[in-house]
Amino acid sequence: MSRKAAIVVTRIAVIVAAIAALEILCRVKLISPLTLIPPSQMVAVLWELLVSGKITDDIVQTFSTVALAFLLSVAAGFALGALIHALPRVRRALDPLLASYYAIPFFVFYPLLIALFGLNKIPLVVIGLVFATAAMVIATLNGLDRVPRVMQKTARVMRLSGARAVLAITLPSAAPYLFTGLKLALAYAFIGVIAGEFILSGGGLGFSIAYAYNNFDSQTMYALMLFVLLVVTVVNGVLHVIEQRMLARRAGR
Amino acid sequence: MTARPLQSGPGSRILDTLVLAALAVLVWQGLYEYAGDSAITSPLMTLDYAAALLRTADFWGHAHATLVAFAYSLAISIALGISLGLVLGLQRFAGDVAEPIFVALYTIPKVTLYPLILLIFGLGVSAKVAFGVIHGVIPIILFTLNAVKNISPVLLRVSRVLRLTTWQTVTTVLAPAVMPELITGVRVGFSLTMLGVLIGEMFASQRGLGFLIINGISLNNVRMTTAVILIVVVFAIAANSLLLALDRRMHRG
Repeated sequence: MSRKAAIVVTRIAVIVAAIAALEILCRVKLISPLTLIPPSQMVAVLWELLVSGKITDDIVQTFSTVALAFLLSVAAGFALGALIHALPRVRRALDPLLASYYAIPFFVFYPLLIALFGLNKIPLVVIGLVFATAAMVIATLNGLDRVPRVMQKTARVMRLSGARAVLAITLPSAAPYLFTGLKLALAYAFIGVIAGEFILSGGGLGFSIAYAYNNFDSQTMYALMLFVLLVVTVVNGVLHVIEQRMLARRAGR
Repeated sequence: MTARPLQSGPGSRILDTLVLAALAVLVWQGLYEYAGDSAITSPLMTLDYAAALLRTADFWGHAHATLVAFAYSLAISIALGISLGLVLGLQRFAGDVAEPIFVALYTIPKVTLYPLILLIFGLGVSAKVAFGVIHGVIPIILFTLNAVKNISPVLLRVSRVLRLTTWQTVTTVLAPAVMPELITGVRVGFSLTMLGVLIGEMFASQRGLGFLIINGISLNNVRMTTAVILIVVVFAIAANSLLLALDRRMHRG
């Protein structure tokens, strides 16, 4: 077995063992059922909830909010990134902001956003947007910085028009970095929206988890928690694999 | 995740920061003009109220609760993060197995796990500390792990050639080699730990600054919410600027 395969097998074994240990600890009641329910039961309850359609509205609401925040943040982040890249003086001025952006605990603004926009979807989209856009801006700047000089010169030698140079040279060269930006923006949009729903909102998966917690409904609570974590992990995992392929292909050339 | 620093004199950097701060105040004033007293207070009024707030014992009681929880979580995050990171960095195989698991944990919305933490630790300081730790420890692990993994083998070979004792190797070669990345990890961990503690207070707590922010919204006390947000954000930016300056000096030196 190659080292790589051994690593993957061990990793899966570690995860499976952790879940099995949790299952056993819950089954023999070393962990009280009031604290945690066995993973198998979470899956069973989740399946029931999904089939019964009780959580369909919450799912639609959360994912549509995340999608909106994600799309807006990618568009805004890319446009801002390209603009800032074109203006070095502005970029130098913004450097301290970008460097300490994620040090600001943005969730403290969430209650203020509710006061500003009301208890609806807008504060959630805005908090997701605010959280995710900077990652896309930084990724865009990184990508545009790393377009090889040689390629830019080649474009000039070949007298490519501005638009064609962007399509044929700039975007393909920056693509892996832009993709990293997409990946981060999606993760941040998820975190922003679900945390917002959790703290204060009228619907969505985060709200339902908080609601179940407040009503001591640990069955529903754990099923929903499992659902959110599974969806996010699978989506991030798929994006991670695509990213690795892109980077590997680039390195191979 | 910082943009590439450009060359600039200290004078112009201070000017840039002042311009940025002025812009932020302008946007804030604009929001106030747009939304009015019921949603947000103006910068001047907020500053006034914040100054008054800073003189009340009640505020310092809440600030103390937050700072104590934050100090515990940060200490645990740093100790646990660096030791786990060191072990996983030195044990190549274990590190390769564990790293993607930690990366996956890093991107999930950990706020959904808060009910579980509450059920384990109960309402109170320990739940806040635990929640801060699960936010802050992972970046510290990842930065330490990568710092140790990427130590140039040449350095270790040189230390063997020079017949340094293990202790000498650790203090004169290993520690200086990993220190810059370690500081970066601690800086990111610092911000995320604070975010974790504040979210914990916003969701379920009767003490702390996060509680004051959310309570201000529940009681329609917008002045309180806006002033506490200002204090928290100023503290976060100031702390991060210090760590960032240390970080940059380490990476240059």
